[in-house]
Amino acid sequence: MKYVDEFRDREHARVLARQIAAEADSGREYRLMEFCGGHTHAIFRYGIPDLLPAQVRLVHGPGCPVCVLPVGRLDMALALARRPEVILCTYGDLLRVPGSDRRSLLQAKAEGADVRMLYSPAEALALARQYPQRQIVFFAIGFETTTPPTALVVEQAQREGLANFSVFCNHVLTPAAMHAILQSPLDAGVPLRLDGFIGPAHVSTVIGAAPYAIFPERYAKPVVIAGFEPLDLLQAILMLIRQLNDARCQVENQFSRAVTHSGNLKAQALMARVFERRDSFEWRGLGAIPHSALRLRDAYAEFDAEQRFELPLLVGRENRACECPAVLRGAKRPDQCALFGAPCTPDNPLGACMVSSEGACAAYYRYRPRQRVEVAT
Amino acid sequence: MSRPDLLQGRVELVHGGGGRAMKRLIDELFAAAFDNPWLAQGNDQAQFTLPPGRVVMATDSHVVTPLFFPGGDIGALAVHGTINDIAMAGARPCYLSAGFILEEGFALAQLKRIVDSMAAAAREAEVAIVTGDTKVVERGKGDGVFINTSGIGVVPDGVALSGDRARPGDRILLSGPIGEHGVAILSQREGLGFETQIQSDSQSLHRLVAEMIAERPDIRCMRDPTRGGLGNTLNELAQQSRVGMQLYEQRIPVREPVRAACELLGLDPLYVANEGRLIAICPPEGAERLLQRMRAHPQGRQAAIIGTVTDDPRHFVQMQTAFGGNRLVDWLNGEQLPRIC
Repeated sequence: MKYVDEFRDREHARVLARQIAAEADSGREYRLMEFCGGHTHAIFRYGIPDLLPAQVRLVHGPGCPVCVLPVGRLDMALALARRPEVILCTYGDLLRVPGSDRRSLLQAKAEGADVRMLYSPAEALALARQYPQRQIVFFAIGFETTTPPTALVVEQAQREGLANFSVFCNHVLTPAAMHAILQSPLDAGVPLRLDGFIGPAHVSTVIGAAPYAIFPERYAKPVVIAGFEPLDLLQAILMLIRQLNDARCQVENQFSRAVTHSGNLKAQALMARVFERRDSFEWRGLGAIPHSALRLRDAYAEFDAEQRFELPLLVGRENRACECPAVLRGAKRPDQCALFGAPCTPDNPLGACMVSSEGACAAYYRYRPRQRVEVAT
Repeated sequence: MSRPDLLQGRVELVHGGGGRAMKRLIDELFAAAFDNPWLAQGNDQAQFTLPPGRVVMATDSHVVTPLFFPGGDIGALAVHGTINDIAMAGARPCYLSAGFILEEGFALAQLKRIVDSMAAAAREAEVAIVTGDTKVVERGKGDGVFINTSGIGVVPDGVALSGDRARPGDRILLSGPIGEHGVAILSQREGLGFETQIQSDSQSLHRLVAEMIAERPDIRCMRDPTRGGLGNTLNELAQQSRVGMQLYEQRIPVREPVRAACELLGLDPLYVANEGRLIAICPPEGAERLLQRMRAHPQGRQAAIIGTVTDDPRHFVQMQTAFGGNRLVDWLNGEQLPRIC
């Protein structure tokens, strides 16, 4: 496939893997966090850990929007879905996530709720036009990548005067979560050592490289923004190792074919028109993080489902044995959790990280080779 | 009672009521299309004698949406699906039955298109649809049309295919590129419409199977990787035979437009449905000759040996990725796809 296969080439991978092995100092450890769930998924799908020397450790971050959505917010969505006038629309990933009573939106649908899966928020607008007697609620979720499309449909709904359309907004912000990870060990006393970040790909196309400058400055952690292809990841890992070896600490952009310093200014302006920061937002696994999520501005209050339906804030119940908080901060590996594999599996997710295929536990469960095999020629 | 209007008419409750309207619909639509001596007898059952050998029976219900898709429709699919289930036992399919559940209001012109397509698929396969049934449900209680087909076939002596017979060292063969049916269906999905030249691979495989059995009567098992795709089917076989499997991604044929569509939609072709492909597991000696025989058949031109059965008490299916790493090919869990078969 043109423009994709070039980034999955086995020979280039071997060359990069050899360079990493040659340059990574065997006398130290390199703990690198890939923030984004898309990277976590790619790392396992392509078997990248197999290609790295033992001293290079990838730590899986919380950049999976479905994973970090607190159970209480899902309970709120379930409550919305059960209202007879509501058609609740959302992305497929969210439908299987269990709420506090272990029931998911898919089960609510089987029990009679009108829940629709969509690929684009524009489909929700189309439903609003098609069913003027029903209330169409878009259950919006995601980092800065999925936020501009939500902003776009809110503006469109206002222009069209679609009074039966609203958004249950759960958009969250990447840099705020990175701050929280770097500050959390100080609060929680959990031993956490991170040497650097692999910065997200698509998020960075929107926000640009500039917002990461604070991590080298304030926390002395280098950041290399990387694309989603396996060669992108290997190259970013090599760039981080070189920064650490040279005692450099800066933001570098491996994904320069798509990410600029300032990002997509048009998308940023659109988000700024429609959304403002919440004072605080609860993240599953990470707790309340100040200024880490978005809500609709007052000018668009009529499209805010939380206001329209006067939704009470719900606090969900989590399984106490679940180690997701430690996994999401990179303090533990998924298989170090007592629930991993049994009873917690992708078919029966008990914790956040097992829910989405981008979650660290699910990727670990699904793709990790559990036995080295001889490679036939 | 007038003749059913096959151009403008719609399915009515009376068409399932057992009266004259139903009789006319059956005569003018179903019997006319399927046209064979068993139906012409007008009995509630078909009577026939089977050739010698073990008898195989299979059934399959079809609820695909949309009803018409690039490369096929629910009618042809219903014929191919059951024929393939029979063929995977190494059997020659002989006779089919067809049961229709129609929704009130469904256009008779569309029903005719579906029935004609079924008839054509059955004729092409040389398998007669010898008995059938029609029911009508009220509007809103169905989705246009659901079709169940059942079939009977006969296995030649000396052939014993079963999913529990794979042994370590056996080779895993695949008859052609994967993912085409699933992608063809997805391309038609409401809200997802994208343009693709990909057609469903829906087809009857019994002739290819006959060639393969003739070459190697000791093939351990065959299965068609339909719902859940290659990944799930291989996991089923690994569990059933209590073995592991090692696959090589580079050897698994996937056509370019399917790869592109999967890339775009975030799907893994390993888990996308097929309706005209088969997996065969056979002892290592002779696997290469079997492959050549498959490639000589039009339905197996792109056949490949994609992996080896391993000794693994955990029954894992693993795959060496094209990139050089190794990964587990686990069971698929709950992918959100429209009804595909």
